[in-house]
Amino acid sequence: MLADKDRIFTNLYGLHDWGLKGARARGGWDGTRVLLEKGRDWIINEVKASGLRGRGGAGFPTGLKWSFMPKGSDGRPSYLVVNADESEPGTCKDREILRHDPHLLVEGSLIAGFAMGAHTGYIYVRGEFIRERERLQAAVDQAYEARLLGKNNIHGWDFDLYVVHGAGAYICGEETAMLESIEGKKGMPRMKPPFPANVGLYGCPTTVNNVESIAVVPDILRRGGAWFAGIGRPNNTGTKLFCISGHVNTPCNVEEAMGVPFRELIDKHAGGVRGGWDNLLAVIPGGSSVPCVPAAEIIDSPMDFDSLKALRSGLGTAAVIVMDKSTDIIRAIARLSYFYKHESCGQCTPCREGTGWMWRVVSRMAEGRATKREIDLLLDVSYQVEGHTICALGDAAAWPVQGLIRHFRHEIEARIDAYAARPDVAAAVREPSDIAVAAE
Amino acid sequence: MAKLIIDGTEVDVSPDDTLLQACEEAGAEIPRFCYHERLSVAGNCRMCLVEVKGVPKPQASCSVNVRDLRPGPNGEPPVISTKSPMVKKAREGVMEFLLINHPLDCPICDQGGECDLQDQAMAYGVDTSRFAENKRAVEDKYIGPLVKTAMNRCIHCTRCIRFITEVAGVPDLGAIGRGEDMEITTYLERAMRSELQGNVIDLCPVGALTSKPYAFHARPWELTKTESVDVMDAVGAAIRIDTRGREVMRILPRVNEAVNEEWISDKSRFIWDGLKTQRLDRPYVRRDGKLAPATWGEAFAAIKAKMDATSAGRVGALVGDLASVEEAFALKGLLDRLGVASLDCRQDGAALDPALGRASYLFNPGIAGLEQADALLIVGSNPRAEAAVLNARIRKRWRMGGFPIGLIGEAADLTYDAQHLGAGPDTLAEIAGGRHPFASVLKAAARPMVLVGQGALARPDGAAVAAAAAKAALAIGAVKDGWNGFSVLHTAASRVGALDVGCVPGPDGLSTNDMLKPGALDVLVLLGADEVTVPAGAFVVYVGTHGDRGAHRADVILPGAAYTEKSGIWVNTEGRVQLGQRGGFPPGDAREDWAILRALSERLGETLPYDSLAALRSALVAAHPHMARLGVAEPADAGTIAALAAQSGVPDKAPFVGAVGDFYLTNPIARASAVMADCSSLAAGRVQAAAE
Repeated sequence: MLADKDRIFTNLYGLHDWGLKGARARGGWDGTRVLLEKGRDWIINEVKASGLRGRGGAGFPTGLKWSFMPKGSDGRPSYLVVNADESEPGTCKDREILRHDPHLLVEGSLIAGFAMGAHTGYIYVRGEFIRERERLQAAVDQAYEARLLGKNNIHGWDFDLYVVHGAGAYICGEETAMLESIEGKKGMPRMKPPFPANVGLYGCPTTVNNVESIAVVPDILRRGGAWFAGIGRPNNTGTKLFCISGHVNTPCNVEEAMGVPFRELIDKHAGGVRGGWDNLLAVIPGGSSVPCVPAAEIIDSPMDFDSLKALRSGLGTAAVIVMDKSTDIIRAIARLSYFYKHESCGQCTPCREGTGWMWRVVSRMAEGRATKREIDLLLDVSYQVEGHTICALGDAAAWPVQGLIRHFRHEIEARIDAYAARPDVAAAVREPSDIAVAAE
Repeated sequence: MAKLIIDGTEVDVSPDDTLLQACEEAGAEIPRFCYHERLSVAGNCRMCLVEVKGVPKPQASCSVNVRDLRPGPNGEPPVISTKSPMVKKAREGVMEFLLINHPLDCPICDQGGECDLQDQAMAYGVDTSRFAENKRAVEDKYIGPLVKTAMNRCIHCTRCIRFITEVAGVPDLGAIGRGEDMEITTYLERAMRSELQGNVIDLCPVGALTSKPYAFHARPWELTKTESVDVMDAVGAAIRIDTRGREVMRILPRVNEAVNEEWISDKSRFIWDGLKTQRLDRPYVRRDGKLAPATWGEAFAAIKAKMDATSAGRVGALVGDLASVEEAFALKGLLDRLGVASLDCRQDGAALDPALGRASYLFNPGIAGLEQADALLIVGSNPRAEAAVLNARIRKRWRMGGFPIGLIGEAADLTYDAQHLGAGPDTLAEIAGGRHPFASVLKAAARPMVLVGQGALARPDGAAVAAAAAKAALAIGAVKDGWNGFSVLHTAASRVGALDVGCVPGPDGLSTNDMLKPGALDVLVLLGADEVTVPAGAFVVYVGTHGDRGAHRADVILPGAAYTEKSGIWVNTEGRVQLGQRGGFPPGDAREDWAILRALSERLGETLPYDSLAALRSALVAAHPHMARLGVAEPADAGTIAALAAQSGVPDKAPFVGAVGDFYLTNPIARASAVMADCSSLAAGRVQAAAE
């Protein structure tokens, strides 16, 4: 279990002052100038040494991402964009940072901006986050007032930070769609390459980072990359905010070490699974877009990127959705399929057409109103979507369905059998073989 | 150059190429829906997926540049496969997705037979459907009188949106909704406001956008295709005339990189219904104040009787806007024999004088050459109305950046930013004198252009304006070694050709304006000239196709052939000699215009020395050798611009007025077209767009 002294988000639950004064009392904005004076390379190396991997879901090493930014300007400015469009079902970690510890993010933005040579940062806040946006804006205003940000600030690095907000589209959490949205266009992902580090916001070099990735940076730099790297497991270092929801006794957000065993995470922080461990059916360990993992496989698995990948799932945003045996897993996945069908931007063919198809088939399967060969059809359709789209939403829509079929094919088959066995249905639908017999 | 191995063949391609272009270079066929050479890359249909060795996912070849590919560990060239099982599976998958919500209405779809989706489904799809759900239903949208929608068929390739925003330059078309609910629409179901909107019909790879006037009229395989040139404006766009029997069913663009790329204006495309109405299909002679049907012999006799009683000095002739070079040449030949000097092809009275050299009336940089220009001054022209396709070329150049545009004349929305400098000749003089701030912008450019429209030339002081424009061109350095930026934009398809063959008043001959003065002439021959008002008194012989202004005023009507009904040479505004072909035959007793003139010449006792079109062309080429060089725009001697600039005269202060008032109604064929009338009234705002 993570020791209290190693916690970064010390006001995660909003028990203390969110403002500048409170943040300073908790160690925020302490010696930021000194950190910046150590230089750009030192910061990037320290972040690299910490092993910090992006907290938005893909787990790309943050220090490496920053190092892609051009060292010198070719006349274009560089931009930092912070992705606070937290819309993944099950995920609610960035929201707590925005409303309870916004100064961690503001300070982190300044440092990250400095490290990538950006004088301007944008924080793109999810459209539904109204109070969060106001709180963040208030924190930014406080920072401006205290000359922590802006032109000629006390840190010696001019940095303007703008809070922009979306209109509630999930797809705008995709980094290039977010850039389109900030530019005032329809939130549709761009093709890559060119990558944002080369051609991003307004055609300029841009790095898009998750809120949590940015918010942990000041502490990493103050305490040293080695400290962060010492927490967790190799290649999966540091602390992580877990959002535990679903059928646990006390759903919560909690900061834990990476690689904490699932059983420990649930027992220590979430009061155990509702109805005991034997009642656990499956877990979606990283937000709605990763495949679910059945109970037996996950109970003693460490919760980190690589361990969950080995289970053919993923850590994603560490939004742990726990489902006990009262869950209708097919309906649950059908609901997620509906979400992806609803949030598909419609730009590219496989996702636009495939998400609707998958949702319709899974919905019928949830009723049992399907045939067994449609299970393989559904799986095949999901593979036709996965990897054929411009952005990762296609993959995200395909994975839950694949997870369902991989682990709960027997449930679907049983449902289909039960439906076919209903007297009204059985009378209406006769097997072709019966008809053949009758004809003889 | 970068080396690639595509399907086992090593090719050398430019690193700027996309993978799709590289694959085509290697001879591999890549299916596509959203990709189009002349539009931005959308990468959304996912049909062009190929396998790149070492990359786990198939890559959209339209959007990946060759330079983005990484070589192998030992520097081997990247290996691409377009035929691997992965690619085949990916294409089948995408094809299946495209078809699940595409209606099975091919038998009643106008795109049938020329449908990309149909063709590619046959080539790259699977034979059955696995889709057991209901298909999506989408309401059809009203997007104007020209383009019919069947939105169930839309595959969301967004070619239409990209064309309308990028090439046509109007923000009228877009997509609303998202995911499978995404719909292409004009938002409020208003008509599109572009003169190029018909091109979305060609761009649409499926039957979602089809031609409204052509709806359910014909199937592509029933049509005879004739390659010709357009005469609706002086651009001379390459067109294909599709006929069934003797009827023109539709007109489509052809690719001509030098002229129209592959766009044509709506007037060029939808004019064909005008070819069927108001046609003159027999000769008429005015008897007792009324036009009465007559035979050719009676008509010729009436003309001969009048001509015999008239001296050559009291006879004149005007060449209309749609006339081909052959008939203009034949008319001039006839008048020369009759000793008539009053001949003019400038029925708008434009001050264009072939004596000052060909460069003085040509669009010298060429239409494609426009893309090399780096600054533009528009004088008395609205290219959007006068030459919509050329305007798209200006917009294309403007979108590349570094192309300041100044406009002297009527302020108008040209679809690109043009700085409005002033309204009349005064501003032009300021530019020429270097007193206007924009003059320095033009001077700073390496290849500036001065585009002079007919609005600046077709006025009493036109000659002085032309001289002032030439002066300005010289002053800003638009005429120099290797670059002649003095460009006259014509509006009449016949004009340059007729000027080339010398259809201007001879010694003591009258010009258009003088001929049209009351009492100036006793006999006036109008060769399809409908844009003039002939005063009472003169005996008018009208040779033309439609019952339009000229025919109403005529005393003898000789029915001619429209541009789709004859083979003829037209010379476009840049001096490009182009051959139009006959797609069908003229109606009734109507004959090709040159043949009418030949027959008339015999009756008048001055027989023209050619009795076939070939013989006429030989005579034409003998007199004007450049007419033989089809498809070529011969550069004109730029030195004559100085001669033009040296002309004396002071322009008055009146502002320039556009040469084209109503884009849709510029010639007799257009005025006979119900579709053009619809568009015109819509453009004039007289009709509210009916929300269907």
